[in-house]
Amino acid sequence: MIKTDALIIGAGPTGLFTAHQLKLIGLNCEVVDNLDKIGGQCIELYPDKPIYDIPAVPECTGEELTNNLINQLKPFDIKFHLSERVEEVKKNNENWQVKTNKGTEFSTPNIIIAGGVGSFEPRKFSPKDCEKFENKSIFYSIKDKSVFKGKTVSIFGGGDSALDWAIELSKDSKVNLIHRRDEFRGAQATVDKMNDLAKNEKINLFTKYQLKKANGQDNLESIDIEHDNKDVKNLKTDYVLGFFGLIMQLGPIANWGLNIDKKTINVDTEKFETNQKGIYAVGDICTYPGKLKLILSGFHEGALAARACFKLARPNEKYKFEFTTSSKSIKDRLGIKE
Amino acid sequence: MPKITYIEHNGKIHSIEVANGLTVMEGAVQNNIPGIDADCGGSMACATCHVYVKEEWFNKLPKKEDGEEDMLDMAFEPKKNSRLSCQLMVSDQLDGLVVNLPEKQV
Repeated sequence: MIKTDALIIGAGPTGLFTAHQLKLIGLNCEVVDNLDKIGGQCIELYPDKPIYDIPAVPECTGEELTNNLINQLKPFDIKFHLSERVEEVKKNNENWQVKTNKGTEFSTPNIIIAGGVGSFEPRKFSPKDCEKFENKSIFYSIKDKSVFKGKTVSIFGGGDSALDWAIELSKDSKVNLIHRRDEFRGAQATVDKMNDLAKNEKINLFTKYQLKKANGQDNLESIDIEHDNKDVKNLKTDYVLGFFGLIMQLGPIANWGLNIDKKTINVDTEKFETNQKGIYAVGDICTYPGKLKLILSGFHEGALAARACFKLARPNEKYKFEFTTSSKSIKDRLGIKE
Repeated sequence: MPKITYIEHNGKIHSIEVANGLTVMEGAVQNNIPGIDADCGGSMACATCHVYVKEEWFNKLPKKEDGEEDMLDMAFEPKKNSRLSCQLMVSDQLDGLVVNLPEKQV
């Protein structure tokens, strides 16, 4: 059980700056994020897209913004729990007991939800009969590629993940690559390589096809794929892989007893506290009259929520407002020697 | 104002007036039309404002920009007449546009 003054859910720009604010005022914190890297939407959705409305930064990409925020946290020791999703939140006396899907447990008086639009999950196949084969013969990510050796694998998608795996698995497996159109959005060199393999019949390429049906009782036996012109083909296959990118799902947050309105959480504008004492929501996931879904709003919300955390984390101390330009104690925390 | 018609997957029809300059996605979100999620807020990064455009309208729309077709690869059940509604800017030329919403966005 990890004890901390505050637990931040979400390592996007808002979560990172909130961590900075907590450390600056002398509180400790830990951060959990479902993605395997820091940065949230900025890194997952638009690492290369320029942003023009960060105060005092005329232009930066999602990746640059993330790197700058990480740099700003350098003076502090903050533990990140990546590839973990918070599943359970329960009240235990004055503290919240929090548990992740990997079994990590926290005890904290303050939870700050900086979850964006929820956690990123792989986009799945639409035919309903795919569900029963999920994690048995239908996968959305690969943990151990050796299981595919000598088998027939049908890969769906048109991006780098689909192409990279088609090329890699074609060495030891029979690979079908299926995509809804005849253009691929992967890197050109990868597309060329895949086309070469297709020409040499190392990869069976099916374009303008989509998955229509997965067949089999207990085990997957074959799939039906449908062409744009409604022509249906049946392919014998042992495994199916889908690479359609990620979607955002509110996920378990919906079960924590919070006032939720259209995938966003209602908060007050003094502490950014939810209807549950000690649970705050900041950034895109919170809503209040006049809410602007901008990164700069998330910074403001995080700064205020961090001050609110002080009261519950240090009930016997009084929070004193200080400037970074003049406070000795803040400079000590930043490791700045005068 | 141009009239835009949104038809939910269950057949429910919403005909509303949307101001010029808004996107078809914003028209739906501001009028609480279910079936368009628009998780990323219109930055062409999520494919959750996916719509099917009626045949007769599809060819009249401005062409897809780079990136829209790539995002549509990730949409739920994309078809030939799929578009992202955040990329469709409402104007007088679009008066009468009809879009069908997919069964779901994710």
